[in-house]
Amino acid sequence: MSLLHIMILIPFIFAIFVPLLYKLFNSRIHTGWFVLIIPVVIFIYLLRFIPGISSGEAAYQSLNWIPSFGINFDAYVDGLGLVFGLLITGIGALVILYSIYYLSKEKEALHNFYVYLLMFMGAMLGLVFSDNILVLYVFWELTSISSFLLIAYWYQREKSRYGAQKSMLITIFGGLAMLSGFIMLSMMTDTYSIREMFTQVDTITGHSLFIPAMILVLIGAFTKSAQFPFSIWLPDAMEAPTPISAYLHSATMVKAGIYLVARFTPVFGGTSEWFWLVSGIGLITLLYGSVNAVRQTDLKGLLAYSTISQLGLIMSLLGIGSAALYFGYGDEADLYAAAITAAIFHMINHSTFKGALFMVVGIVDHETGTRDIRRLGGLMTIMPITFTVAVIGAFSMAGLPPFNGFLSKEMFFASVVDVSNLTEFNMDTFGILFPIIAWVASVFTFIYSMILVFKTFRGKYKPERLEKKAHEAPIGMLISPIILASLVVIFFFFPNMIGDYLLKPSVAAVLPAIAENSIMDMYITPWHGWNTELFMTIGVIALGTLMYISLRKWAGIYRMYPQSITLNAIYNSALDKAQSWSASLTDKYMTGYIRDYIAYLFGFFILFVGGTLIVTNSISFDASNNAPVNFYEIALMVAMIVAAFTVLLAKSRLTAIISLGVLGYLVSMFFVIFRAPDLALTQLVVETVTTALFLLCFYHLPRFKEQVHKEKKGVPFKPLNLIISIGVGVVVTLFALSANGTRLFEPIAGFYEDSYKLAGAKNIVNAILVDFRGIDTMLEIFVLCIAALSVYTLVKLGLSRREK
Amino acid sequence: MKKPNDIILRGVTKVAVVIIFTFAINLFFAGHHNPGGGFIGGLAFAAALTLMFLSYDVDSVRANFPVDFKVLTAVGVLIAVLTGMGGVFFDLPFLTQAFDYFHLPIFGKTELATAVLFDIGVALAVIGTAMVIIMTISEDR
Repeated sequence: MSLLHIMILIPFIFAIFVPLLYKLFNSRIHTGWFVLIIPVVIFIYLLRFIPGISSGEAAYQSLNWIPSFGINFDAYVDGLGLVFGLLITGIGALVILYSIYYLSKEKEALHNFYVYLLMFMGAMLGLVFSDNILVLYVFWELTSISSFLLIAYWYQREKSRYGAQKSMLITIFGGLAMLSGFIMLSMMTDTYSIREMFTQVDTITGHSLFIPAMILVLIGAFTKSAQFPFSIWLPDAMEAPTPISAYLHSATMVKAGIYLVARFTPVFGGTSEWFWLVSGIGLITLLYGSVNAVRQTDLKGLLAYSTISQLGLIMSLLGIGSAALYFGYGDEADLYAAAITAAIFHMINHSTFKGALFMVVGIVDHETGTRDIRRLGGLMTIMPITFTVAVIGAFSMAGLPPFNGFLSKEMFFASVVDVSNLTEFNMDTFGILFPIIAWVASVFTFIYSMILVFKTFRGKYKPERLEKKAHEAPIGMLISPIILASLVVIFFFFPNMIGDYLLKPSVAAVLPAIAENSIMDMYITPWHGWNTELFMTIGVIALGTLMYISLRKWAGIYRMYPQSITLNAIYNSALDKAQSWSASLTDKYMTGYIRDYIAYLFGFFILFVGGTLIVTNSISFDASNNAPVNFYEIALMVAMIVAAFTVLLAKSRLTAIISLGVLGYLVSMFFVIFRAPDLALTQLVVETVTTALFLLCFYHLPRFKEQVHKEKKGVPFKPLNLIISIGVGVVVTLFALSANGTRLFEPIAGFYEDSYKLAGAKNIVNAILVDFRGIDTMLEIFVLCIAALSVYTLVKLGLSRREK
Repeated sequence: MKKPNDIILRGVTKVAVVIIFTFAINLFFAGHHNPGGGFIGGLAFAAALTLMFLSYDVDSVRANFPVDFKVLTAVGVLIAVLTGMGGVFFDLPFLTQAFDYFHLPIFGKTELATAVLFDIGVALAVIGTAMVIIMTISEDR
């Protein structure tokens, strides 16, 4: 286990100790202070990779997990993974610092919060550093689960539960789709390693599963990154505490989809399907998100839609950039490679400004008691620092100088303009749509950015509509947004700092062919003359300002869209229908009577086992090798038959139970005769304990036959039960006889005969139980444990419900 | 349920339970070379507890065995898993068991096997499960 693996797993390990720390110290020290150490340590550790990565080296460490299936925890750190790793730990540290002041240590269940948060952090790190797709998938689902838990953190609220369920359903659905895509990929390439897939791109592209695998992987990415039409979960995820919204739902987790698309660009990119799906869905999402953000009245809702829109922007850039693979290398390829640079650059920028904005909204919510734009206003003089941060963040989001959003927005415009001149992929017909959609969406982006700042901080202060008296946040809460806001400005003035050390290696990871064959000449500069991009930005500002001022006049348009065909309405009705259908279907066969369930079980048993016997024509009987039947066996048989009939004909239940016990003991006698002392012992003890158990259940069972006699006059005869019981008997007998008569494989008994040599045990049965087949035993006691706990909960819950 | 005051049963139980316990422990340790083992030993132990419980009542079993059997079950499973982890630290597959022969003062040449530790987990889980089920159902009246 290397240091890299330890760093990835350390959040999980530390999470185990968080409840303990909470219990011991929380009355004095906020648990967050302990947790804060983890991301800081990992962040510093990851910083050490930068020199190596920027000179083109990548770190690789392998850890055996399930080597027999080729599933190993291969940690691979390249430029792309490192950018994400730094975001995860960097923003993570700031968010934890912020949360220390945001969540009060007296009122909140902090141990839950930080355990989920650390679990998420570890899962996210594992996700971006895994080279093995199955390991990646495990971490992927872990992020979905921790996101679910964090959204439902205030689970007392109905909306939290609704949002958590929604995000869970959508992202897990996507995850499963992605898993099947991964399995297809591994079928095509015969490997689970992403890097080995890169070497087999030709095989994959020519394969008939190429398109299905691509679509399935993209569904995974699109659900996670809230792309249209899967975006609906993200606004509802805003029910999570604001630090979580800042961390998971804007800076890191929703970018996992971006990561996945970027990571798989070398595999799928360069084809028109990939180009159109990724950039098309990205542009639709960009427009959908920004148009919807303008109508939001909840500040977090606005930010959620804005995140959707920005994710769409990054996604479309990745789609455009994938065209570079079509050209291989050269000038044209470099042109589109710039889109990848823009995508990763914007992703970093987005994390900084959106993180700051979320924290600002959290502060406003925390200090005024509301996030409703209609009730807020005039906070500028009351919260000057928060206001400054908000201005920096929002202006960067709108793409104004001197903030980093301007740089990446300009690069985005440059890419859409470039791509509209592309002649491949049917772009000569539709190419012009790219800059138009991008521009329109940017106008809306500008408008909602202005709404965010001016509606909250300017206008009239309305103290009577606020729950609390507004005041500036404590300094601890301001540190993180101030750091992020300063990064927004620093990145504008020194963009090539991250350009050289982070962007180049990550672009090299996305487009390895270009990195190998040309020197990536990349220099980000705020000023490149009076070109199309600049005019587009000026146009955005002009039209955006005009539309913001006249917002009231045209905002009514939003009300014209019918509520019944929104994506949310479709989701809700589908969920309701699925629930009512499955309920009515389940009610049909879940009668609540154990006799019915036993009838189903045995019915299926007869059909499947009996059916298999008949279909495979394997009923055979070969008695030639059998030992002669002796007197004891016949005597036991007779005794057993008598006991069995006694069970059936017994007048009282006590007789029936005891006869059943007798039957069990007689079976153990058979084991004695056939010299299986372990089995005989087990059977004896099991029989004893179950008979005792049966006697205990006595009082809970419905009244016995004789009672039925009196009330209904005669035992009701059920022909179906007769058929099933005879059927089971016949099938079991046939099965046993056929199993005895056929031998398909060499017996494995020879291996176990060496038990003394291999396991130091003279008792083969025990050696098998604890050594050779130890995992079976372990899982069996799991089953026992679960059964015991289920009986306990069923009985106890039933009791408390009855008491009500 | 109203318990009859059955002196004979109780008298026998007092002696029998001790014998069964001894037998159960014997079964448990015999397991490696002779019939027995964690599963059977655990069940026999549970059977003795059940006998106690049938002839007396829940409270006296509780008083004599102040153990939460739910916890016992979980501890058993945990022990089994943790002994399984032992192999992992020596770069061996999960659940690899080891054994060796040692010269101990009184016992002379003795075989010590990690499988016994695993078996303890199995036995505890079995006892716990049986008792949780029996006691839960009997309390539900």
